[in-house]
Amino acid sequence: MSLTLENVSKTVDGEAWISDVDLTLEPGSFNVLLGRTLAGKTTLMRLMAGLEKPTRGRILMNGVDVTGVSVRDRNLSMVYQQFINYPAHTVYDNIASPLRLARMSKKVIDERVRETAKMLHLESMLNRYPLELSGGQQQRTAMARALVKDADLILFDEPLVNLDYKLREEFREELRELFKTKNCIAVYATTEPNEALALGGNTAVLHEGRLLQYGRTPEVYHQPKDILTAEMFSEPPINVVPGLVTESEVTFDETVHFKLNADLQSLTPGRYQFGVRASHIGLVPHADDDLELPMNVDLAEISGSETFLHVRSDKLELVLHLSGVHEYDVDEQIKVYFPTHKIYAFDMDGSAVHVPTRMGGV
Amino acid sequence: MSKVKNNKAWLLVLPMLVLVSFSAIIPLMTVVNYSLQDILGNSAFFVGTEWFEKTLNDPRFQSALLRQFGFSFTILAIQIPLGIGIALLMPKKGWQASAVLILITLPLLVPWSVVGSMWQIFTRGDIGLMGHGIRELGYTYSITSNATDAWITIILMDVWHWTPLIALLCYSGLRSIPEAYYQAARIDRASKWAVFRYIQLPKLTNVLVIGVLLRFMHSFMIYAEPFVLTGGGPGSSTTFLSQSLTTMAIAQQDLGPSAAFSIIYFLIILAVSYVFYIGIMNMQKEKATKNGDA
Amino acid sequence: MAEITLSSLAHTYATNPASPEDYAIRKMDHVWHQGGAYALLGPSGCGKSTMLNIISGLLQPSEGDVIFDSRIVNDLSPEERNIAQVFQFPVIYDTMTVFENLAFPLRNIKTPEHKIAPRVHEVADILELTPVLKRKAKNLNADEKQKVSMGRGLVRDDVSAILFDEPLTVIDPQLKWKLRRKLKQIHEQFNITMIYVTHDQLEASTFAEKIAVMYEGKMVQFGSPRELFERPAHTFVGFFIGSPGMNFLDVTINNSGAQYGDIDIPISNHQHAIAKASESDNIKVGIRPEFVHVWDDRNEEAFEVQIKDMEDLGTYRIMSFYFGDSLMRARLHEDQRVPQKKAYVSFPEQWLTLYIDEYRVEAGNE
Repeated sequence: MSLTLENVSKTVDGEAWISDVDLTLEPGSFNVLLGRTLAGKTTLMRLMAGLEKPTRGRILMNGVDVTGVSVRDRNLSMVYQQFINYPAHTVYDNIASPLRLARMSKKVIDERVRETAKMLHLESMLNRYPLELSGGQQQRTAMARALVKDADLILFDEPLVNLDYKLREEFREELRELFKTKNCIAVYATTEPNEALALGGNTAVLHEGRLLQYGRTPEVYHQPKDILTAEMFSEPPINVVPGLVTESEVTFDETVHFKLNADLQSLTPGRYQFGVRASHIGLVPHADDDLELPMNVDLAEISGSETFLHVRSDKLELVLHLSGVHEYDVDEQIKVYFPTHKIYAFDMDGSAVHVPTRMGGV
Repeated sequence: MSKVKNNKAWLLVLPMLVLVSFSAIIPLMTVVNYSLQDILGNSAFFVGTEWFEKTLNDPRFQSALLRQFGFSFTILAIQIPLGIGIALLMPKKGWQASAVLILITLPLLVPWSVVGSMWQIFTRGDIGLMGHGIRELGYTYSITSNATDAWITIILMDVWHWTPLIALLCYSGLRSIPEAYYQAARIDRASKWAVFRYIQLPKLTNVLVIGVLLRFMHSFMIYAEPFVLTGGGPGSSTTFLSQSLTTMAIAQQDLGPSAAFSIIYFLIILAVSYVFYIGIMNMQKEKATKNGDA
Repeated sequence: MAEITLSSLAHTYATNPASPEDYAIRKMDHVWHQGGAYALLGPSGCGKSTMLNIISGLLQPSEGDVIFDSRIVNDLSPEERNIAQVFQFPVIYDTMTVFENLAFPLRNIKTPEHKIAPRVHEVADILELTPVLKRKAKNLNADEKQKVSMGRGLVRDDVSAILFDEPLTVIDPQLKWKLRRKLKQIHEQFNITMIYVTHDQLEASTFAEKIAVMYEGKMVQFGSPRELFERPAHTFVGFFIGSPGMNFLDVTINNSGAQYGDIDIPISNHQHAIAKASESDNIKVGIRPEFVHVWDDRNEEAFEVQIKDMEDLGTYRIMSFYFGDSLMRARLHEDQRVPQKKAYVSFPEQWLTLYIDEYRVEAGNE
């Protein structure tokens, strides 16, 4: 079953919560909705589910217009941030509840419940009550209840936000495994770019109710169509430097310049915004034509195996993502190397005009 | 948020609509009808707003209205702070919490006319605990001959009867304040008064708005308790609006003026409730735009 | 300013504790030095919040002492210990402006007004709250509110320590970044003891000079982020630090070294000697995905393995592969050649850690 949103908008009290979203999700796909809080992810999912009616536009399932159809008549399930389970039922009854509502035979119910419980490592907890379980186990129960139905559409609204980061890692992996073989459409909302990357599948980047870009996750990441998408979909945030392109050179703020290389030659002269990922700026030159920039260290944030180095000069502020531990004093003067082959160029409206090619393919 | 429409729900509501129209709307229309006509036996003359003007200019109506406002504001001024105070003192957990909750709720469970009777006996000079007790102390106390005594007693009775409602509302409001706020206040070395003023009171505003609305509306319509306790006396010193109205309508059979009176009465309450409603809606709107959704 | 010592400290919520499992914090001794930036890191339920509340005074320990600068403070409340605490969600006084919120702690101790204003402005400046000083606190967004919460702790100059209980939980990921940086700058500027509780290893490592990793009520390691990463003292630390965590293989010891199934795993002589001497049957080797060497081509020193999955994480890739029956992971740099189906990996001895009964055995040359 495929899901299509056609020119969908939702306005509440004059405010546009969702504007003109066109989106088609294929069966068997895992789709991540990425955006900040209040970007419209929850609203969009509620529209997909039928919990809300769009102000304009249509929603189609398998080509059939279901815009007015109530959620009860649609075949879907949803998992929320808060671990929502029936507190008075055991885990077994919780998972069985949608099947019992569908009046399936006891034997089939038992089989499906046990199968789903096994997938989510809940076999030993079937007789316990949700409130006796840990957060992770409660969320697994909620997910099992959503999965057992074998719905055509499963929606996840930031389900891992209340779990500690290691549990999140585990869950993400399990989710990836689980959905490899399923034929339903999964939609997963999150605010973290790294989570989108880890989950794979497709990503739709949302910002202020608008859909910025949708495609295979690595593609959206490496080939953002505009500067907003590049900014939303990177952690640490992509460095943006305004610059000027002339016949032969690229100048950053009148102080730093380098020769126009083969990659950027296609740019017509004018003002642009250049983007460089934090992990591409280094402390040693990688290529011969790396640009050397003297900077002052603002702060060195050290994580076990990586360092986030914040540097600045008179005109520029950059963040570097380095592997290894690098300790620096505040205001220490260092040189950083700016790769001229890995720059993104965006025109002043924000659209991407140049995206660096990537070794090993996308 | 607008929900997807499900028209089947209207069918379920239909029986209730029929019932409400019989018991409320049709009688209401009748009253409106009476208020615009002069009815004598079988003949009816349309008189327009004459009854309304007559009622509004009637000194009895005006004094009853004044008394009513006086009463409502007085009890609000007493019950709200007192209710908050009781809520602050109530224990938070353990069996004591349950015990105190039950004790506090008891006055609310007594039927209203029984409340009136209880206090009437309570304040009698001969067999009443309070009445006799006060007389023993040397004060002349009589609710039947002294207007001040009658007022004080009615107010006392209402405070006894209804303060628990405010206390319960505030108690639940206080329970919903996360512990971290109190901890932060301790760390900031805030005094108990500062904690009340800056943490508890602001968080109680929602609950208090509902409390004030309920108490105002109800006290404005009060009938059974003062009627049983003082019968409106001595003289007309404790005759409030509702009693004034029933006297006019039933005892004097003045249908026209009493219909007009009812409608004026109804409109006053509606106006005040509407003001509160706007206030509550504004507060909720503020909250919604701030929390938003993902 | 204070040096905080925990002496023979233990805590249980049960009235009659019968076994170690009943203890939320098992018996421990620890010193938090003055002016340090520390993190308490661990999964939910490990006891870190309990520990924080014992240090701050919101909880009395059932055993042992909490000592501030050689003074036993068990019976003292947080305000008496001069502790400032920042909670998971912003705690602000809604009806006051930002300025009044920040001035509140100073007003409560009757500081003269002319001293309050400059102090409030100083703190507001550092937290970048100056533009909103006149606004009502309830009209701010989540991260500004959290900064106000922090500001109240900074505004007093007699603060002995500032404790943070997962303070960035409600903050947007784009902004978490900025607040982390802000916290570090504040620490460098004010030099107050700061203890930060979190379950996020990146947050802990970025903020802290030393991290105390807690697991089931025990402090399993206390060290710098680098030490935790390169030399985890307990398998849990190896698992919990690093994304993804360390790879573990159950091995047996024979006369020549360690074996996984019938594959020889290189370990040092010193490690071998200790492992052989111990009678435990719980022996593991661990290696982090970052240190698994992935060769471009077949190599004599490398093991040939079947690839299960290749994840593209933007600036690096994670390769999951089967080593015998175990699933392991290796981290590949973005520009590295991406193997298909089969790969060639080796485990450099210097990065292989030996664990006996979950605790690390020194390699002998440290």
